[in-house]
Formats: sequence, structure tokens, C-alpha cells
Amino acid sequence: MATFKDFRNNVKPNWCPGCGDFSIQAAIQRAAANTGLEPEQLAVISGIGCSGRISGYIQAYGLHGIHGRALPIAQGVKLANRELTVIASGGDGDGFAIGMGHTVHAIRRNLDITYIVMDNQIYGLTKGQTSPRSSEGFKTKSTPEGSIETTLSPLEIALSAGATFIAQSFSSDIKQLTALIEAGLNHKGFSLINVFSPCVTFNKVNTYDWFKEHIVNLNEFPDYDPSNRIGAMTKIMETGGLLTGLIYQDKNRRPYEDMITGFRPEGLANQEIALSREHFDQLMAEFK
Amino acid sequence: MISQLSWKIGGQQGEGVESTDRIFSTALNRLGYYLYGYRHFSSRIKGGHTNNKIRISTEPLRAISDDLDILVAFDQESIDLNAPELRPGGVIVADAKFNPTIPEGLDARLFAVPITAMAEELGTSLMKNMVASGASWGLLGLPLDVFNKAVEEEFGRKGAVVVEKNVEAVKRGAEYVLEQAGGPIDAFRLDEADGQQKLFMIGNEAIGLGCIAAGCRLMAAYPITPASEIMEYLIKHLPKVGGTVVQTEDEIAAVTMAIGANYAGVRSMTASAGPGLSLMVEAIGLAGMTETPLVIVNTQRGGPSTGLPTKQEQSDLNAMIYGTHGEIPKVVIAPASIEDCFYDTIEAFNIAEAYQVPVILMTDLQLSLGKQSCEILDYDKIIIDRGKLVREHEPLEAGQLFKRYALTEDGVSPRSIPGDLHGLHHVTGVEHDEQGRPSESALNRKQMMDKRLGKLEGLRIREAVRSDAPHEHADLLIIDMSSLGGTIDEARIRLDQDGIKTNHATIRQIHPFPSEQLEPLLHRADRVLVVENNATAQLADQIKLHAGHADKIRSLLKYDGNPFLPVDVYHACKELN
Ligand SMILES: Cc1ncc(C[n+]2csc(CCOP(=O)(O)OP(=O)(O)O)c2C)c(N)n1
Ligand code: SF4
Repeated sequence: MATFKDFRNNVKPNWCPGCGDFSIQAAIQRAAANTGLEPEQLAVISGIGCSGRISGYIQAYGLHGIHGRALPIAQGVKLANRELTVIASGGDGDGFAIGMGHTVHAIRRNLDITYIVMDNQIYGLTKGQTSPRSSEGFKTKSTPEGSIETTLSPLEIALSAGATFIAQSFSSDIKQLTALIEAGLNHKGFSLINVFSPCVTFNKVNTYDWFKEHIVNLNEFPDYDPSNRIGAMTKIMETGGLLTGLIYQDKNRRPYEDMITGFRPEGLANQEIALSREHFDQLMAEFK
Repeated sequence: MISQLSWKIGGQQGEGVESTDRIFSTALNRLGYYLYGYRHFSSRIKGGHTNNKIRISTEPLRAISDDLDILVAFDQESIDLNAPELRPGGVIVADAKFNPTIPEGLDARLFAVPITAMAEELGTSLMKNMVASGASWGLLGLPLDVFNKAVEEEFGRKGAVVVEKNVEAVKRGAEYVLEQAGGPIDAFRLDEADGQQKLFMIGNEAIGLGCIAAGCRLMAAYPITPASEIMEYLIKHLPKVGGTVVQTEDEIAAVTMAIGANYAGVRSMTASAGPGLSLMVEAIGLAGMTETPLVIVNTQRGGPSTGLPTKQEQSDLNAMIYGTHGEIPKVVIAPASIEDCFYDTIEAFNIAEAYQVPVILMTDLQLSLGKQSCEILDYDKIIIDRGKLVREHEPLEAGQLFKRYALTEDGVSPRSIPGDLHGLHHVTGVEHDEQGRPSESALNRKQMMDKRLGKLEGLRIREAVRSDAPHEHADLLIIDMSSLGGTIDEARIRLDQDGIKTNHATIRQIHPFPSEQLEPLLHRADRVLVVENNATAQLADQIKLHAGHADKIRSLLKYDGNPFLPVDVYHACKELN
């Protein structure tokens, strides 16, 4: 059985020392091993950004696509071979700005994939512009006077869009993060895991210390029930979205691929594609 | 006896024009006539004038005729708009309900048939279409039993009573008009057809069927005119082979989902028209850079922007050939008949996998939506070539990945897919090395660019240039693409009668351009006329760029939304000579 070392390769990430993304990479590798995966059973599909490089740092099948499109690519992979475990990953700009449309619709569609957002509330790769996750008033290269747009709450949006699994974590808390990724991988349906991942180079406000001070762990609420959708929305709003843990899970809804008429358990990629003569004749007969 | 005639039905959209046309033409198809349909419709769904025209002939004719023999009109507007097309001695069958009149001085016979009244008598005005098609059938003097059989099949599921009523409606329509006309009209007596069973379908259906035959298992698409019928066909038929269609949130999702599926080893495609193609452009570059097979169907319509969404045009050539940043290998194929739509779709999937490139299969609105006769398709010609896709791999050395981008002689690398043991590799749109890992090495960059761009060298699809060149030395070479060939051939018959020697070439591989196949034909002609439905002569530009002879080349362009008629081409050729 593969261990987390089997998911490591010899590529040195080009992230800045101290970047939150390192721990997310490690958590994915651990969670993959913990769920009993072999490297060839895993496909990591990522977007563009500092974070998007992650697919190249994990020993598995990996595709580093175009900005904002990790999710539709990942859904294509899953539809092509539902026997694979598919992780989509990218930055908050990737998933909540340019790719927001896909995020909402991937949530609605509910294919069994795990989406891990590396949320640093800024654009890292392009050197520090505002992101939809930036706080109001946040000063960046593109908002020298401070951002005058409201901050997007992906958790609220996901819940409204009908997400069946929503979690949030912090890259410093690798234990919680690993456990949540494992839970996401085991969840039958679309899982959104938003991870606070400090950008040490460009975001001088939302730092490790800032998060430690501001976030609350859902563990602190022993009565919290992640199957209660209204309760989840209330908690997200009460905490201003600064909460970590499993926020919501609907274990009853079947994933998309289970609901497609005639879709077999065997991956399409492993099925025979030649058409029989009889079937072809039937198809032609419709035009006579 | 005549060998061909043209019939048209007009009315308000949603009023039964479509179904009348369908039943009438299905019955004709059963008799073995060759049919060529043209749908005129506005982008309104209900209401607004619409008409369907069919050419009926004993020989394959792939063009709308210049004129019209029989017009069936559900309202006065249909007469006013379409009567001018009637040739002298033509006939109008109109619903008596609106007291039809014909324009003064028009040399045509009007039969006012109580179409609506008869239908209502039989129970419902919905049966208007049956009365109208019955009346048409009667005028042609064709055997009613064949028609009745088509009716039976159309309504069989609804029970014997419904069938009976519809058969009766047909009979009454036919009888009424025959009594008025004093029997079938001699001028409309068609020669007997060959009786050979043909298929009667639109290009989009042939493409859909081609997808199934090619082993495509996933379509991801966003609805758009005139592409949606491909999606509708596949929604109906993909589940039967275990596949599926996803209606995505937009065309970017559609194309990237198809890329994801192809990457994971499943033949997958998307289909759209100009606006969707524009949205897909960045992703096409990803497919080119990552050497991921991809098939996109672009059903051209009037552009730019929303343009003329329900009209004929061929103006996306440049967008298809050049529309990506950077430089990638890409193939653009242009089927020119219904049969081509089927076989070329299969070839598109084969090329996409054998060369690991994006392939755009282009049509135009007339080819996509015009319903036509099609020869029986040949099962034995369905060949699936998955190129260098392999599923068994040698164990990898420690720390190494599968060389997905191995430098090979033909530039195409062996391909593993996710799930394969020992096939692990990385894929990225960033410049990469043989294992798919990002690389900025100048040497690697040059090698990889040359590898990708060199892959298509020598690629020629079946009949990359289709020619009918009987003259060793022609006065005129006429060149076209997509749906225009039949129109040109008809003009050529008349030119031939005038003593003008013409050759004809249809470009089927638009990119990379098959210069060596076209050049000799250019050489053998005094003049060249390139016929295309756009304003800027995009095909002519390609010809001049790749095959030369710019001094001989003239253009006939039409971009008013309407297809060319044989007479347009005839006059343009006469002017040149
Ligand atoms: C279509 C397109 N537009 C713009 C860019 C430039 N770009 C690359 S990454 C990025 C945003 C990065 O921010 P985020 O997604 O949050 O990832 P991070 O770098 O912070 O991890 C942008 C704008 C691009 N690659 N593609
Ligand atoms: S710029 Fe920020 S997000 Fe990018 S690698 Fe450096 S610390 Fe990480």
C-alpha cells in the first residue's frame, strides 16, 4: 500500500519560503495515502497561480491547465473515468474570480471530486493584486486606496448553490486539514475545502498570526451539527466566515455520475468503443 | 415527365410548416427521390414567417433551385413573400380560410383548399399539415399508399383512430385539389425514382451519428443555433452506448470538460457556433500545447457578434485557423456533404488522437440544418485509430515519470492515461520537458516547439481537395467549401451549355492547407473564381497565401444571410468570361 512518501516527487516547489501552500501539498499527500490510494489512481487538476503549480508537486497524474478552468477539466476527467479519484485545486482568484461560474456549477452538478482552494486573499503569481477574497479597505497594487468591493463569502455561496460538502481549514493546522481532505475524498459528491494559506510575500495583513487570532475551530461548539443547513449558514455568518472544520455535509444526495441514465460503474475510458453493425443499422433506420 | 421540381411551404413559425414538410418529404424519400431541403427561419420561436423548400429530383442535386413550382401557403404573407419565386405556370395551394389572392399579373394557378376547415371537420386544426401535404401529393400524382404508410409510422403510437383520421385528412386534401385541377398536373409529373432507399437527414444528425460511430462517449456543450441538433441527437443516443452529454454553464466549461475527458482517455467533443468558438479559444491553445486530442464542431452562422444567428455564412475561417495566441498545430476540416459530415467526424476523432491535436470540424448553417438525401452509410468504413495510446507500460525508474512528450521521429509521443500503472506523467500548458515538467531551457523550448508544430506535416484527410476537373485546360476553375458545391455544379451545367469550360474544386481540408493538391488545378485554369459566404474573401486569401496564382483569382462573395443560388454563380462566371 502506498505511503505518503509515494505521493512525493523530486520537484522542488517554486513557492516562497514560508508560503502556506507547502502544508496543503503535504496534507494532500498524507490524505491520499491515508485513504488507501495508489498514485496512479489519483488525478490532480490545477489552475493557474502560485497555488496552481501544486499538480506538479504531487506524484500522481497531474494536469496544470488554464486560469480558472481546473473544475471543468476535473469534471471531464471524472466523467471519463469515474474509477479515478480526482482532486481539483487552485487559488482564490482562480476559483472565485475568473472561475467563479464554474465553481457554482460544479457545486450544483455534484460530481464526486474534491476541490481544494488555496485561499491567500490576494493574487500571488501576478505579484499582489486584490482578489474577491480580499477584505474591504485592503490595500494592494491594484487597490492603492484600499478595496472598495465587498468580500466574497465562498462558504455562503457554496451552501446556497447546494453544496453537499463544505469545509474550511488553515494551512498551519495540518492535522485538521489532512482529516478534512480525507473526509472530502471519502465524501460521495462534490467537496469544497477552502484553506487559508497565507501569502507571506504580498499579504501583510492576513498573516499566520492574524489567522491564529481570528479563526474559530468548530470543535469549540460541541453541539454544532454539520447536517443542518440553516445552522451552517448561521454559523458562517456569525463568524464572518472565519471558522474551520466540517461546516456542512449532506450524505444523502447521490453524486451526478450515479444519476446519469445508463452510466456504468466501470470508467468510460476502460470500456469498449466499437459500435456493433446491428446498432449502427438501427441508428441509420431512423433516417429512412 | 420531368426529372426535378421545387416545392415550398410557408406559414407562421409553430403553425405546422415543419411537420408538413417532414411527412411530405419522408414519403418522397421512401419512393427513392433525392431531396434537398432549405429552411428559412427567423430567430423567433413562435410566430414570424417561416418557410421550408425542398428540391425533389431523380438525380442527386445538392442545391436550392432558383425558382419554385409549387407553393403551399398557410397565410397571405407566405404568398406575398414567396410568389415572386414561382416560375411561369407554377401553382399555389392556399388555405381557403384567409381568402387568398395572388399578385396581379402573376402567371400562376391558385387552388384555394379549405385546409383548416377540413382539418377541423376531422376533429382538430392540428391536422392542417396532413391536408396540405395530401393536396401537394395529389398534384404530383404520386401513389397514396406510400404516403399512408409514412403517416402510419408517424402516428402509429397514438393508436389506430388517430392514424385513420390522418389518412383521411391526406385523402381529402388530395381529392379536393385534384377535383379543382382536373387531375394531377402534367407539368409536375416526376419520372419514377430509382426506388433505392436513401437516408434523409441534416448535417448535424450525420455528425451526431459520426460521433457515436467514432466511439465518442462524452459531449459537453452549451446550446446555440445552428449547433444544438448535434447535442439533441447525442442526448438521445449516447446513453445507449454508456456515454453522456453534459450541458455546461458556458462554452469555456464545455471545451475544457472535453479536454479533461480526452486527457483521461475518452473520445469527447463539443459543438458550437461563432460566439462559442470565440470563448473556447484559450482552451484550444491548451489542447495544442498539452497535445491533448480534441474535436470541436463549429457550425457557422452569420457573424460578427450575434450577427445573423439563423442565417447562412462562412465567416469563421480566420477565427478557426488563427484564433489562438502563440503557435499550435491545429486541423480544420470542412465536410461538403451529408456523407462527409458522417465520415469526416470519424476522421476528425482519428486525427485528433493519432496526431494529438485539436481538430475543428466546420460546417455552415445550410449544411448543418438543410435536410438532404444521403447515401446509405457504410459500416465497413468506420475505422477507429487511437494512434499512440497505450495502456501497458514498462516500470519507471525511481524518480522518473512516463515520457508523455518523448521526442520521436514523427513528433507524436506515446500516450498513457490516468489510471495506467507506470504511466504517471505531468501535463501543463507551461512549456515542458519530455516528462511534462515545466522547463525554460532554450534548447528544450525549441525542440518541443518543433516537435508540436512538425506533427502535421504531410497530414491530408480523405479528399483534402475534392475536384471535378474534366478539362485539361479550363476557362474557369470554381472553388468553394462546405455546402456550396451543389449550387456550383448546377451553374456549371448551364455554363457548359454556353460553351464555357469549367473545373470545380471543393476545399475540404482548410488547415493545414493542401496546396499541392490545389496548385495543379489553379495552373490548368485561365481564371479562378472563389465562391464563399463572407465579406472578406477568407478562403481566397488562404488559397493565395498557400497556393499562389493570386493574379488569376477573383471572388464571388455573399453575406446577406442567404445562400447562393445557381443563378448567382452563373452570372458571376459569365461576367468573368
Ligand atoms: C486568462 C488569464 N488571465 C490572467 C492571467 C494571469 N494570472 C495568472 S495567476 C493569476 C491570479 C493568481 O491569483 P490566485 O488565483 O489567487 O492564485 P495565487 O497565485 O494567489 O496562488 C492571474 C491573474 C492568466 N494566467 N490567464
Ligand atoms: S507569492 Fe505568495 S502565494 Fe505565491 S509563492 Fe510566494 S508566498 Fe506563496
